[in-house]
Amino acid sequence: MTQDVSSAPYVQVRDLKRVFDVSKPWLNRVIESAPKQYLKAVDGVSFDIRKGETFALVGESGSGKSTVARMVVGLLPPSGGTVSIDGVSMTDPAAAQERQRLRRRIQMIFQDPYASLNPRWRVGRIIAEPIRAFDLIQGDREIEGRVGELLSLVGLHPDDGKKFPHEFSGGQRQRIAIARALASNAEFIVCDEPTSALDVSVQAQILNLMRDLQQKFGLTYLFISHNLAVVRHMATRIGVMYLGRLVEVSEGKQLFTAPRHPYTKMLLDAVPDLAMVGKPREGVKGEIPNPISPPSGCTFHPRCPLVFDRCRVENPPAIDGVACHAVNRGREAA
Amino acid sequence: MTQPVISVNELTVEFVTRRGTLRALDKVSFDVARGEVLGVVGESGAGKSVTGSAIIGLIDPPGRIAGGQVLLSGERVDNLPPDAMRKIRGKRIGMIFQDPLTSLNPLYRVGEQLIETIQTHTDLNAADARKRAIALLDEVGIPAPERRIDGYPHEFSGGMRQRVVIALALCAEPEFIIADEPTTALDVSVQAQIIALIKRLCQERGTSVMLVTHDMGVIAETADRVAVMYAGRVAEIGPVRDVVKQPLHPYAVGLMGAIPSIEGDAERLVQIPGSMPRLSNIPKGCAFNPRCSKAFDRCFVERPELIDVGGRQVACHLYDQSKAPNGQNPTDKAEIAA
Repeated sequence: MTQDVSSAPYVQVRDLKRVFDVSKPWLNRVIESAPKQYLKAVDGVSFDIRKGETFALVGESGSGKSTVARMVVGLLPPSGGTVSIDGVSMTDPAAAQERQRLRRRIQMIFQDPYASLNPRWRVGRIIAEPIRAFDLIQGDREIEGRVGELLSLVGLHPDDGKKFPHEFSGGQRQRIAIARALASNAEFIVCDEPTSALDVSVQAQILNLMRDLQQKFGLTYLFISHNLAVVRHMATRIGVMYLGRLVEVSEGKQLFTAPRHPYTKMLLDAVPDLAMVGKPREGVKGEIPNPISPPSGCTFHPRCPLVFDRCRVENPPAIDGVACHAVNRGREAA
Repeated sequence: MTQPVISVNELTVEFVTRRGTLRALDKVSFDVARGEVLGVVGESGAGKSVTGSAIIGLIDPPGRIAGGQVLLSGERVDNLPPDAMRKIRGKRIGMIFQDPLTSLNPLYRVGEQLIETIQTHTDLNAADARKRAIALLDEVGIPAPERRIDGYPHEFSGGMRQRVVIALALCAEPEFIIADEPTTALDVSVQAQIIALIKRLCQERGTSVMLVTHDMGVIAETADRVAVMYAGRVAEIGPVRDVVKQPLHPYAVGLMGAIPSIEGDAERLVQIPGSMPRLSNIPKGCAFNPRCSKAFDRCFVERPELIDVGGRQVACHLYDQSKAPNGQNPTDKAEIAA
């Protein structure tokens, strides 16, 4: 099948899977005659990201959103499925050389700005690392100039490059991490909970900065968060994950005005919001089951208000962005 | 007017360090009425948790209460000797901590911990204490409590553990519970359940709660009144509806605007420039003056006290009718909020 290159999505994720071996050590298995145990962290996730948009993944802890992010940038090899960015496969060993050239254009921003910056390096060296690694600019003076430019871009002073990370607050460190991501002229930035370690007023500064930079450089973001309000503010399109599966993909605002999957509805009902002062809300039932032994069929069925026989047996396919038998049946009847 | 359960008067907490004395709380005053939920919000370092620890007498050296009073039902508790305080702690003031895994002992069964606490504070014998423990677990919504009571903390999920911690806090039927970030470590769907639980218990038992959190959404849904803290001081305190919908203090205005909402349609979030000052370097006058767009000369000299403005209290010179700056109309709230 041939595809028109220009209309092809920038990032294409197809049937991505990741299984972790969580078995006990060999000796324990032999003594207790216990079988090997596997955890399906990500189970058949497919989505596209268009150039210049922000695609967000939301879900509760253990839903596999961070694992997807790590596989997309290539920090974690997938157990199955494919990822391709700008037409270059991230998973095919034959494309290794092409992939090497692609690396410069993909960067990641991590959750904890206290752990993602080397405490023994000066900020200038941290930001210059991608420039030196990809050999983008020659000459120390030129590199220093570029680092100063990047620091001003994220709202810091060029002289801050001489300081160490511990001299900065959490929000400023996250700015440094953003400057480092931009140092190699990246086009695609994967942000794994970039603001969840920050206070709300600082979070607002970082989110505004990320939007400004996106407009300025036409960046594409894969934005991972558990905070639905933040996601609503940032995302063009949103994917909702539950137990390693993508249950709904929807245009940004539409997810909040017309959620379709029962899990999305439940999640939206659960979010405490300023607009909810004094209003009663519907109760939320149950918790995420243990991913080592997920429920059969649709993994959401034990908590689902719309459950029927088929849900307990058969994993629902994603049709028109929703993976739910009840929603699909409703559509067939209509 | 009935007596408040907790009354905090000009409470000041200081930490003596090698680099000088840091004032973590600076003349904090508020009351909590019976059956009321008081929310305390602010960013990290604002002094929310220190307030809770000071009330329950858990400030560790080098920290100390340097001034002010804490009254529990009219009785002074901040200057009690450690033994007397220990009898109050747990019995009359309960505490729920942020991380339910570290606040339970992993080596003891959940039931043992509950029964121990019940027997410390009441005269019940072992069998009755166990019955009471099961009833408590049932009350906080743990399914099959007669079986789960013999489980270890690691056998419970995060949400269930937090329910156990709440049951522990309820053991002696305290008048006042301090909940320090009770839902921060939990997922949203579980968080909603815990909030509903705390609310229900307050209504049923008439317990007062001080809910410390940085999540305005949680406060908006749970609290009756809210105190906004900044750099160890109370910036604004009042009914939750007023403070959330129409905050007065410039910091509160910025804080509310900075929070992305799932209903709002703001293209850009309100941005408060800069960050909270370090405790060693709190500006003279109003602590918020370097970040405040409305600051005028008086703000840099004189510290604003809490003043009454239409049913709530605000610590801001803008609302002091007598000495408002020239050319600014302090009664025009819309202009200040804009």
